[in-house]
Amino acid sequence: MAKKNSRDRMSNEINAGSMADIAFLLLIFFLVTTTIVEDKGITVKLPPWSEEDPDITKLKSRNVFTVLVNAQNDLLVRGESMDITSLREKTKEFITNPAQREDLAERPTKAIITLKNDRGTNYETYVSVYNELKAAYDELWDEMCLRKYGVKYSDDLPLAWRKSIKDEIPMVLSEAEPTNFGEEK
Amino acid sequence: MSKFSKGKKKSSPGINTASLPDIVFMLLFFFMVVTKLRDSELMVKVTTPFATQLTKLEDKSLVNYLYIGRPVEKYKATYGTKPRLQLGDKFANINEIPIFLERFRVKIAEVQRTKITTSLRVDGQVTMGIVQDVKTELRKANQLKINYSAKKKPE
Repeated sequence: MAKKNSRDRMSNEINAGSMADIAFLLLIFFLVTTTIVEDKGITVKLPPWSEEDPDITKLKSRNVFTVLVNAQNDLLVRGESMDITSLREKTKEFITNPAQREDLAERPTKAIITLKNDRGTNYETYVSVYNELKAAYDELWDEMCLRKYGVKYSDDLPLAWRKSIKDEIPMVLSEAEPTNFGEEK
Repeated sequence: MSKFSKGKKKSSPGINTASLPDIVFMLLFFFMVVTKLRDSELMVKVTTPFATQLTKLEDKSLVNYLYIGRPVEKYKATYGTKPRLQLGDKFANINEIPIFLERFRVKIAEVQRTKITTSLRVDGQVTMGIVQDVKTELRKANQLKINYSAKKKPE
């Protein structure tokens, strides 16, 4: 009798010792099968599709900052070749025009940047050029935001603040249809 | 003397492992939440370029992916070495993009459809020709929010 009793009591509890092993097994399975994808990148808003090309001939040439990237991955900015390292500074100077020069943008709101590439341009070069142009705007927004509100520009700021900054320095970057040079056969 | 040693038996103080499963399960859930199962096998080689002005894609359920790159070793014999577009888990032509986008769009609630982002995961060594064609097709399909996938540039 006494022996039976003790066995009954024993069988009442489930042995949880192997629980850790099972959980570890699952954990290792998930560690192996999953990859943490880094989902980061340069966010771009494309212009809506229209059949005819936008007409930029009506614009004053002083307000247009043309950037050409050819199939040899060389840069031509406003008719002069340029190294990519100085593109950011030149873009910022063009937009703000601190010295009120005759050949740079009248006002930041009027500045337009056009980017044109060949079909043979390397994607890597294109992204780094786009990155520099975006960086120029980001830096200007940061500077203005620090002046006005004492904080750096970010998407977490109140909408009114962001709007007031973007109204003063709007980002206008138009991309022209590429030319057919250097396409891979 | 006996007063202090009374009732103290010599036994090894084993560590209580009863909470070990809880800890491991916690880790398990953490990994299950933060990771995303790769749904498609990459048939093209994609090494995204470096950039600095990056934004993080917030809602992963509102993102669809286009892959552009050269076919990996396994598919070189059949598909050549020219850059190709991969939609989902197969090679595709540029003109299949609208159908692909539409299939993704119907799965999303109507109010959120404007927030759909297309992530272009493009290999750095690809020429712009195919990228440009894809961009034109995206514009025609009215999918205007795109993201050039890139890695953070090491300092």
